[in-house]
Amino acid sequence: MALWGMNASFKNREESFMTVQEPTQQQLNQERWRDVPLEFEAIVVGAGPAGLAAAYTLAKGGVKTLLIERGDFPGSKNVMGGILYSYPTHQVISDFWKEAPLERPIVEQRAWLLAEESVVTIGFKDPGFYEEPYNNFSVFRSRFDRWMANKTVEAGATLITETVVTDFLFEERADRRKVAGVVTNRDHGEIRAQVVLICEGANSILTQRLGLQEDLSPGDLAVGVKEVIALPKGAIEDRFNVEKGQGVTIELIGESTQGMFGMGWIYTNKDTLSIGVGVMINQLSRSGMNPNTVLEKMKQHPAVRPLLTGGETKEYLAKIIPEGGYHQVPKLYDHGVLICGDAAMLVNGVHREGSNLAMTSGKLAAETVIEAKKKGDFSSVTLKAYHDRLQDSFVLKDLKKYENASALFQSNPHFFTLYPKLARYSARELFTVDNVSKKDKQKKIWHEVTSRRGIWNIAGDMYRLWRTLG
Amino acid sequence: MHTLEDKLFLVRFQPDDHSHIHINNKELCQHDCPDKPCTYICPAKVYEWNEEVKAINVGYEGCLECGTCRYGCPRDNIHWVNPRGGFGVMYKFG
Ligand SMILES: Cc1cc2nc3c(=O)[nH]c(=O)nc-3n(C[C@H](O)[C@H](O)[C@H](O)COP(=O)(O)OP(=O)(O)OC[C@H]3O[C@@H](n4cnc5c(N)ncnc54)[C@H](O)[C@@H]3O)c2cc1C
Ligand code: SF4
Ligand code: SF4
Repeated sequence: MALWGMNASFKNREESFMTVQEPTQQQLNQERWRDVPLEFEAIVVGAGPAGLAAAYTLAKGGVKTLLIERGDFPGSKNVMGGILYSYPTHQVISDFWKEAPLERPIVEQRAWLLAEESVVTIGFKDPGFYEEPYNNFSVFRSRFDRWMANKTVEAGATLITETVVTDFLFEERADRRKVAGVVTNRDHGEIRAQVVLICEGANSILTQRLGLQEDLSPGDLAVGVKEVIALPKGAIEDRFNVEKGQGVTIELIGESTQGMFGMGWIYTNKDTLSIGVGVMINQLSRSGMNPNTVLEKMKQHPAVRPLLTGGETKEYLAKIIPEGGYHQVPKLYDHGVLICGDAAMLVNGVHREGSNLAMTSGKLAAETVIEAKKKGDFSSVTLKAYHDRLQDSFVLKDLKKYENASALFQSNPHFFTLYPKLARYSARELFTVDNVSKKDKQKKIWHEVTSRRGIWNIAGDMYRLWRTLG
Repeated sequence: MHTLEDKLFLVRFQPDDHSHIHINNKELCQHDCPDKPCTYICPAKVYEWNEEVKAINVGYEGCLECGTCRYGCPRDNIHWVNPRGGFGVMYKFG
């Protein structure tokens, strides 16, 4: 179908940067806006993974769909680490890897426990991940989302960019209030629809406006900051010990977040690294630190610094990550409305998964809408099927499994402070050759560890960790 | 390339001519918020305490639209809306 907004071919940003304020362009946009029909069957708010998967599935399913995005083009405001998972993406657009803009297929995942000056590492490498259907890829969202939005338009959805949804239209009946469309910040910006899918991301202003998500606290969200750093040619293969084109992820725990509840990451792209940290907002507030300072400190760590040598920073980005988990998942549906992705808190922080939950939820919401259309009923009675579908899928099952993870890590700072230090101490003792017998070393380690945190406390921590994550 | 200012210089913005961020009540900032976390938790340092006028300065033009301040202000004193369509941050990589 058609594409409104800046223009049909997503003109490049320099151009729109230059012209966006010229009246002719604005008039042009406004004219295009006037061409947008005033009524659709479904409106999807937000063109991130959730909204794109939803709009694509709806359009393929023959639903007259409008996708509204506030950015210049889909992806222009979107940030993630960013690892995109193959399986759920393939479920929406099969064989996407043949044409999507991807950076590197990941063949090795490493976890680094950082203490001052040192690192304890574990990892898993399998070159089998370099073959179809792959496992996951590093990506840049401003490229990937834009590509997927084009596929969505090809599938028959209408896309309008540079447009912010600010409110809803309601249909008042005696017994209920049904969402019946959206209000945008354009002149005469109201558009009606049978159903609205809110895919607005973590800053869930509209979800809160509907009263579906209670006000979140700073303990429910992390802030992530990230840098894209260009490296000299061939450096990624050399420094990360992979074959040409293969990718590596490193998650960094402990000193990487200055002992705060959170995680750092380093992901390999084609010629750049994505490096960042995420920390809980409440802990950051208490620390008095700026998130960029946390990132800069991690970049200076002796285990990290050599990976960045000769690098040139290309971009700096920030975005919040919903970490409230299962308990903070809002009501996912109401009359004429469904909530998907980050707006619905669907993030598995323990495994840094978000985009896959977003895509899957968008797809399941769309399938629910397709069914509702057949029934001719968009009330919450029919739309509840979305909730049931999510409950039967890995999305809510995984969130349920880790429902206590956030509380555990919030209330036990030792996991990010003391334990990385003890791991360092133990490893250092064991690996230092100094003619002390291994048995004496073990005794020494045991003594040090139990003197820093009593044996029963450690046993309790490990038990809780196992109960929560196991 | 290590200062925050250098990094922010790399980000492209299309600033609107009016702010999408407002402080609801500046008395609260002055009297009921000793730590003023907005001045350090914001990844772009958009908020700055101005001692002369006893109020927070909001440099909205450099906002990365991350959402941190909406949740991090302990007095719920920041009114933040999405910038108008076509304005605000424009990432190249994302
Ligand atoms: C720093 C960071 C690192 C991450 N790393 C990973 C990772 O490596 N792997 C992973 O799987 N997940 C990761 N995540 C999580 C992942 O990014 C999210 O789970 C995912 O993007 C959620 O998709 P979404 O479509 O729900 O929301 P978003 O991707 O946020 O998309 C929302 C869209 O809606 C638009 N929008 C919002 N409000 C409006 C409005 N009112 N009107 C019009 N448009 C609107 C936005 O501009 C945006 O395009 C990370 C997140 C962050 C912040
Ligand atoms: S954190 Fe909120 S209340 Fe405190 S100074 Fe900033 S805006 Fe004012
Ligand atoms: S949204 Fe993020 S970048 Fe913008 S002012 Fe708030 S904290 Fe700063």
